[in-house]
Amino acid sequence: MAASPANPPLSARKPPAKRPPAKIESSWSIMDRVGLGLAWAAGISMCVIAALIVGYMAYKGLQYVNWEMITTSPEASLDQSATGGFLDPIIGTLLLTTIGIVIAIPIGVAVAVWLTEYGRPSGLARAVESGVEIVAGTPSIVLAIFGLLIFQQSFMGIFSFTAEGGAVFGRSFITAGVMMSLVALPMIIGSTREAMMSIPRHVREASYALGKDKATTIRRVLLPSARSGIATGATLGMGRIAGDTAIVVILLGASMQITPEEGPGGLFRGTGSTLTSFVYNNSPAGEGNAPEKAYAAAFVLLLIVIGLNAAVGLIGRRNKPQWN
Amino acid sequence: MELKQDPLSMNGNGDRNGAPAATPVPPLRRIVIEAETEPIHVADRIIDQERAYADPVDGILIDQETEPAWVEQRMRTEALSIAYGGKVAVKEVSLEVNSGEVLALIGPSGCGKTTLLRSLNRLVELTPAAKRTGRILLDGESVDDFDVTHLRSRVGMLFQQPNPFPMSIFDNVAYGLRERGSKRPRKKELEPIVVDALERAGLWDEVSNNLNHPALALSGGQQQRLCIARSLAVSPEVLLLDEPCSALDPISTAIIEETIVSLRSEVAIVIVTHNLQQASRVADRVAFMYLGDMVECGAAGQVFGAPMAERTKEYIGGGFG
Repeated sequence: MAASPANPPLSARKPPAKRPPAKIESSWSIMDRVGLGLAWAAGISMCVIAALIVGYMAYKGLQYVNWEMITTSPEASLDQSATGGFLDPIIGTLLLTTIGIVIAIPIGVAVAVWLTEYGRPSGLARAVESGVEIVAGTPSIVLAIFGLLIFQQSFMGIFSFTAEGGAVFGRSFITAGVMMSLVALPMIIGSTREAMMSIPRHVREASYALGKDKATTIRRVLLPSARSGIATGATLGMGRIAGDTAIVVILLGASMQITPEEGPGGLFRGTGSTLTSFVYNNSPAGEGNAPEKAYAAAFVLLLIVIGLNAAVGLIGRRNKPQWN
Repeated sequence: MELKQDPLSMNGNGDRNGAPAATPVPPLRRIVIEAETEPIHVADRIIDQERAYADPVDGILIDQETEPAWVEQRMRTEALSIAYGGKVAVKEVSLEVNSGEVLALIGPSGCGKTTLLRSLNRLVELTPAAKRTGRILLDGESVDDFDVTHLRSRVGMLFQQPNPFPMSIFDNVAYGLRERGSKRPRKKELEPIVVDALERAGLWDEVSNNLNHPALALSGGQQQRLCIARSLAVSPEVLLLDEPCSALDPISTAIIEETIVSLRSEVAIVIVTHNLQQASRVADRVAFMYLGDMVECGAAGQVFGAPMAERTKEYIGGGFG
C-alpha cells in the first residue's frame, strides 16, 4: 500500500499528542433530561396506580365485607342482589375457572408441543401461530356471542337446558367454561412454548441417544422439564378467567344463584354467577344498585387474582431445571 | 526449541479471517514450533510400557493397568461423506472403531470430527439438511438396517454439556431401561443394573445414599459421570464422547478421564476432543481430521510422537488450530 500524507507508513507514525485535561461537562441534552424524567415519573406512577387500586378497594371492601356475606347465598327476591351474600358467585368463579383451565391445559400443551417439536410443514405452523394470535386477540365479548351461537344449536342441547319447544338455552357452566378455555389457551400455549424452547437441544439428543423415540422424549423429559412453564401459563390463564365478565354475563345466565339442571352433571349444565357478574349486577351500572356489595365482592375478586399472580412468580422461580 | 516465522501456506486458509482475497493485506504470519525437535511427550503411552503416570492436576494417578489383551472391531465407516446443504463436512472417511481401545478424533474446530461422531449413532439425521453417503457398519451390519432406537441403545453418547434429565439420580440411570417393551419394569428389577452402572461410572460412592435426590443438584463433574452411568445402563457396545470435559474443571476432567480409561475394556470408546493433552492421556488410537479429511489415523504414540502427514505434524506441534 502506498504511503500518503494522510496515511503515513507505520514507521513514520508518532504517538498521539497529550490531550488537555477534560472539562467536566454533562453531555445530556435538555430533551434527554426531560425524557429521563418522564420515564422515572411513568414508572413511579405505575406503583402509585397499583397502590391506589389495591388501597381503595381494600378500604371500600373491608368496610362492607364480612363473614356472613361470604357464606350466604344471594337471596332470590325481586331485588335479589340487595339481600344475602355472595357465596354462590365465589363458588361460581372457582367452578368456572376450574372448568376453563381443565379444558385449556391439555389443548394448550398439545399445541405448544406440536409447535416446538414438530411444526411441519412450516406453512401449517405459521397458520397455527396466527390462529393462536387471533384467539388471543379476540375480545371476550365476541367469544361469548360466538359461543352462544354455537351452543344454541339443537345438537348442543346436552350442554345446557332445552325448553319444551326445543329451543336450546345455550347458557351453562360448561358452555361458559368452554369459551373461557379460549381465554386461557393463548397464555398456556405461550408459556409452555417458551419453556419447551428453553430446553437445550442436547437434552433432547441425550434422550434420543439412549434409544428413545420422540414421543417418549416429550413425555418423559420435555414435559416434566416444562412443568413450571405450564403451571405459570395455567395460573395466568386462571387469572384471566376469574377476571372475565363478558363471557359470564352472556353465557352463564342472569340468576345470581347457582341453579343446577336435573339429571347427571346438572351443576355443569346449570346456570349461576361469578364475582365479576355479581360486581357488575350490583354496581350502579347494573340493576341491583347495591354498590357496597359490589365493593366487597370486587375486593374478594382482587384478592383471588393477586393471589394467582403471586403464585405465578413463585412457580416461575422454583422447579425450573437449569442446565449449564 | 527453535522458533521460526513461516508464511501461512495452508490450503483453504487464505480467507480465514474473512478478508476478501482481492484486498492487498500483508501475508498472515504465524509462529511454528518445530515439531521434530520437541514432540509432545507421549512415548510412555506405547503399549507394554509403564502404564501409570501422574496427572499434573493434584497428582491424581490414572491407573492404566486395565489394558485389555484383545482388540476387536465393532464399527467401521467406509468412504463416509456427510454434507450440510452444499457444504461437505466429512469427506470419504474410512475408520475403524474397536472395542478394547479408546479412539480419539482430534483436529481444529469445524474439521468435521463431531459430525463424524454424530453420524455413528445416526444423530446427524436430526439435522434436516444433512446428507450422508458411504456406509457405516456395526458388527458387520449397516446402521441403516437397524431400527434407529435400537441402534442408539447399542451406540451410546455423551455430550459437551452435562445434561441429566430433571428427575432423580436413580430415574436418570434407569431412564434408558424403562419403556423398552410393553411392560414397565419394577424398581426392584432395575436396581442392580442402576447400581452397577453407577459403580462403573465411578459415581456410586458419592450418590449411594441419595439416589432419590434430583440429578440437577449434583456438581458438573458428577452430572457428567451420571450421564456416563445413564449410557452404560443400557449396555452399549460403543460409547461416543463429544468433548465430554470441555465444560468441566481440571479435577472433574481427571476423574472423567480415569473413568474413560477404565471403561475401554468393556466398551469401544470414541472421543472427540480439542485438547491434545487429553487425547494423549486417554487414547490408544488417534485420528486427525482437517477440513473434513481424515489426514492420519494410527496408534497414539505414533501420531503424537512421529506423525507421518505434514499437516498432522504442524497441528500437533501447535502450528495451527
